[in-house]
This record gives sequence, C-alpha cells and structure tokens, in this order.
Amino acid sequence: MKVGVATSSATEALFSNPMRSLLTMLGIIIGVASVMVMMSIGEGAKAQIEAQISSVGANVLNLQPGNMNRGGRNQGGGSGRPFAESDVAAIGELPFVVAATGVLSQQANAVSEEANWVTNIQGGDAGFFEVNNWRVSEGREFTAQEVQGGAAVAVLGKTAAANLFPGGRAIGERIRVNSVPIEIIGILEPKGQSGGGGMGMDRDDTMIAPLSMVRNRITGGNRWVSRHVSRIQLLVQDGYDVMQAQEEVTALMRERRKISPGDSDNFAVVNFADMIKQRAAAAETMSMLLAFTAAVSLIVGGVGVMNIMLVSVTERTREIGLRMAIGARGGDILLQFLFEAIALCTLGGLIGMALGWGGVFAYAQIANAPMMVSPVIIATALGAAASVGVIFGFFPARRAAQLDPIQALRHD
Amino acid sequence: MTEVRPIISCRNLSKIYRMGDQEVRALDGVDLDIHAGEFVAIMGPSGSGKSSLMNLIGALDRPTSGEMWINGRALSEMSRDELADLRNETLGFVFQQFNLLARQDAFQNVRLPLRYARKDVGDIDARAKECLELVGLGTRMDHRPMQLSGGQQQRVAIARALSNRPSILLADEPTGALDTRTTDEIMHLMQDLNRQGITVVVITHENEVAGYASRQIHFRDGRIESDSAQPDLKRAAEPGQAAGGRT
Repeated sequence: MKVGVATSSATEALFSNPMRSLLTMLGIIIGVASVMVMMSIGEGAKAQIEAQISSVGANVLNLQPGNMNRGGRNQGGGSGRPFAESDVAAIGELPFVVAATGVLSQQANAVSEEANWVTNIQGGDAGFFEVNNWRVSEGREFTAQEVQGGAAVAVLGKTAAANLFPGGRAIGERIRVNSVPIEIIGILEPKGQSGGGGMGMDRDDTMIAPLSMVRNRITGGNRWVSRHVSRIQLLVQDGYDVMQAQEEVTALMRERRKISPGDSDNFAVVNFADMIKQRAAAAETMSMLLAFTAAVSLIVGGVGVMNIMLVSVTERTREIGLRMAIGARGGDILLQFLFEAIALCTLGGLIGMALGWGGVFAYAQIANAPMMVSPVIIATALGAAASVGVIFGFFPARRAAQLDPIQALRHD
Repeated sequence: MTEVRPIISCRNLSKIYRMGDQEVRALDGVDLDIHAGEFVAIMGPSGSGKSSLMNLIGALDRPTSGEMWINGRALSEMSRDELADLRNETLGFVFQQFNLLARQDAFQNVRLPLRYARKDVGDIDARAKECLELVGLGTRMDHRPMQLSGGQQQRVAIARALSNRPSILLADEPTGALDTRTTDEIMHLMQDLNRQGITVVVITHENEVAGYASRQIHFRDGRIESDSAQPDLKRAAEPGQAAGGRT
C-alpha cells in the first residue's frame, strides 16, 4: 500500500513540471548516453579482437630469425640466418606440438589464362592448414607426399582466386608463377583482413603451395642453409601452457643454433595472440577513460537531481506536513521522494539510451565497426541511472522524512 | 476506578517556545480530560495556547513537560512511527486552510489516509466514496480543490478526516475561512458526526461555532480560564479573585 502511494505521488510530481524535470534529467541523459556509447565501442573492440585471436589461433607460435623483441617490434626480422627443414622436423618431435610447418614466402607474379595478378606465394608443409586453422572451402589441400615430391600444385586465397579467375572456375586450371606452371587444387575459406580498423592486409590475397616446390622453383635456395625456411609456425596442444611451450621451443632452438648460454637469441618465438591481447589491454585503457567520463557526467547529473529534489522538498514542505498529519510515516515520505528521484533518473536514462543508441549507430557507420548493443549494456545503462537516483535522491528524501510534522504544516 | 477512562487526558501539560532568549509559555500546566462522545469547543484569544493544545492532542507536536494519553496510551512513550499510525487510525484532522492536495481530485484526497493505513481498511475506493457521499459531495468526486467552493473543500477535508473511521475528530478553526451560511452547514455536519459517536474537538474564536458544542473551554495565557463542564474551575485559574468570587 505504502509503495503504491509513493509511486503514484512521485510520477505525479514528475509530470506536473515537465520542463524542470527535463532540464534536471539532462545530466543523466548525457551520462547514460555516454555509458552506452562507451560500452558498445568497448564491446565492439573486444569482439573484433576476439575474432582476430581466433583467426590467428591463441596457441600458435611463430618462429622468426633475427631479433624480434617480445614487445612485438620487428627489427629486421627475417634478415638473420633462416631456419632449416630439420628444425621444423625437430620441433614437430616435441610432445606438445600438434603440427608444425615451415614457411617461405615471396611476392610473385601469377598469370592465368584470364588475368595477371601480383600476389604473395607462401610455401608450406602439409601441416600449414591445420596450424593456421585455415581450410579449403573448395577442392583439396596438398598432401605430405606432394610436399615431399615437390608437386607443382597450389591452393588459392579467395581474393587471389577472384582476381586470377574472374570467370569463376579455378580448380583444375593452371597458372604460371615465374614461368612455373602450377595446378590449382583448392580454394581457401576467406579469412578477412588482418589487424583492426580496416588498415590491415588482405589475408585472402595469397597462394599456398608445397614448400619444397616453392624453394626449388620460385624463391631459390639459401647460401648458408640448405633446405631453408624463413619462418616456422607450430600449433601447441590444447590445454598445454603456451608460455611453457614458448620456453621449451626457445631452448630447443638455442641448442640447435648453438647459442652459448650468455648470448642473446638470434631468433624470436612470437605468440600473435599475446600481441593482440596487449592491444586489447590498450583498448581497455581507452574504455576505462570513457567509463570515467561517463561516471563523471552521471555524478554531475546526480548532483543536479539532488539539487532539484531539495528544492522540491522545500516547496512541498506543507504537503509533507499534511501527509504526516493524516498518518504517513517517515518511511512513506522517504519512499515517495526516493521514487521521485529514481523515476526522474530512470526516465532520463531511457532518453539517454535512445540518444546513446543513435550515437552507437553513428559510430558504427563512421568507423565501419560492428554495432554492439547487448541487453547487458542496456541493463547497465539503466541500472546506472537508477542507482544515481537512489544515491542522490536519498539525502533529500531523508530530509523530507525527518521533517517535524507541525513545523512542516506551518511552513509556507 | 469507577469512572470511565477519558479518551483524551492531559496532566500538567506545558509547551514552551524559545524565541531568542525569550521564553513563551504557550501552555502552562494544563490538566484536561475529554471523554468519548463529547463535543468540545476550545476558545480563547490568539496566543492563548489553544492551537498548541490542539497540536499536542493531534500528536503532531511533543510537550515540553507533562504527559498526555489518548485511548489510555501515553504519547511520550510512542515512537515517530507509532504516532503516525495513531494519527492515521484514531485521529482525523480538519484544518482552517483545508490543506487539500491541489493536484488531486476530491476522491483521491479522501483516499489518501486509507492508502497510508497499515491496518486492513477494506475496499479503499468504496470507503472514500461513502465518505464523500456522507458529506454530500457524492457527485463531485472528480473535482479538483480549485473547482470547489470553500465550503465544499472543507467538506472534502472532513470526508478525508473521516475515511479511516477515527474515534476523534480534531478541527482547528474549521470555519475560519467560510461565510456564515457555510459555517452552519459544516457545524451541523460535525454535530451529526458527534451524534454518531465520534468525539469532536473544535478550536474556534466564534461564539456561534462554540454554541454547537456540548462543552466550552476557554483558554487564556496558556491556562484553562473556564470549562463549562467544571463551573468551579475559575477560581483555580485566577487565584486573585478566588476568595471574593466564591459564593
């Protein structure tokens, strides 16, 4: 009963002075709108980063020669002494390695009967597809036998396929790369861009071929290392600690490359997922900053609500006195004004949400980012608004509840 | 005790206001008993303490010293919430300025005490309607105070005071803002209510109004000057005249 009388009095007071209510809500509106935009952008960035991690693979390690800092800065990576196929085999022997592949890559001019296209040709072992979690959508992958035999076959990325075979059918066709005729046996499923914000490379503009064939007929051998590979990728068994794997692979390679204990590595073991996670942490910091801004505007809005509630209590002192005279308890009066503050903030929150939705939509259009408005975001935004009402409405409401009945009645 | 316990009882009741370093004794040791079913008019010039007494009887204010009982319960021993419940269930207030909520219609105003009630009051809407019909406003339930005349507004206020079936109706200058004809109507209404068993206490400075009551009490300087129920009280109030005045 007392809740009913409190809510009805509160909503009535709210709509009796709509202009004042609206102006009071302004701070809440802005605060909730920014909470919403902030959370959606943060969530969008998180989703994008998660998608990237899953496309790179969280438990894939990359070995590159040369000095590559853990922090991710490439200092002439690949310029150092390359690895050999025997290194790939040794790594493949490690118990926690599910699959490993050497990689040799080069920009090359590919010519089909229809078109001419410069693309990135990557030589790999049969394990390449598993390690990169990158499967063919049409045709087939090349086999270990084909790698061993140096078969002149290749699998095309979606973009390369589309450019070399605008007519459509590619499988079974031949192309020529540096005058070497190669048969197309499969098309890879699309991977999309690498890196965020639309500035990465198109990972589908590529061609994967058996490593031995690429070395023998396209890139040529290395002067110091026979059967060399420029990179090694390996897939760590699920559930195995990737950091631990990283250390064990490093130890193995130091031994194989005969690095004495005090000397620094002349190769790097990189986990791309780690790098992406670092970027995610940076995005998180940005998100925190936005959250702080939103919190500040909610507090400013809350102070505005408290101010107007104090005015309202003063204006309606006589009414409070009357309500007490006819039997309202202090708690009834407290609830009434608390509800008024909460209603004010929640209504402001709803308007702010509509505004925030528009902001998120605009951001999604401009930044070409996915639009993420989840029920969690909506609940958080509304919850934040209502909490502001509770927190900043409590003091004025308590002041109303503690009024002396006779003094309130005499007030004018 | 053979005597029936009074519904309102005051003993040595004092109320002192401080204004700067001056003390104003609004009530100065008042002893008063009002029994169930009485219709009492409290009279006196302004500043005589009659309104202070009303506020104390109405459990709106606390005395500086002394004690009072309503229905046998000592008010000094009751918490704020208990006093609120007492005002809600036992007392009904009628004010000089009506004190209706301007944004609500007559019906909603009358419902208000019922909605604050903690005991079971049955069908609130039916009771509110019944009370408005009792004061002759059954056809104006959806009128807001602004749309009603002064007399009608005071009727709404009386209906509101009656809604929770109080045993005591307290009216502070209920006709102070009304013309003579309307005053008669309102006082007749109160008389009717009193006949139905409600104890009525009215503050007034008009003799015509006091004439409706069965008992008149005059206040002066915070003390009872005369009480029609106790004709020999006067000498106690004015000890200077007591010896000579006695016959």
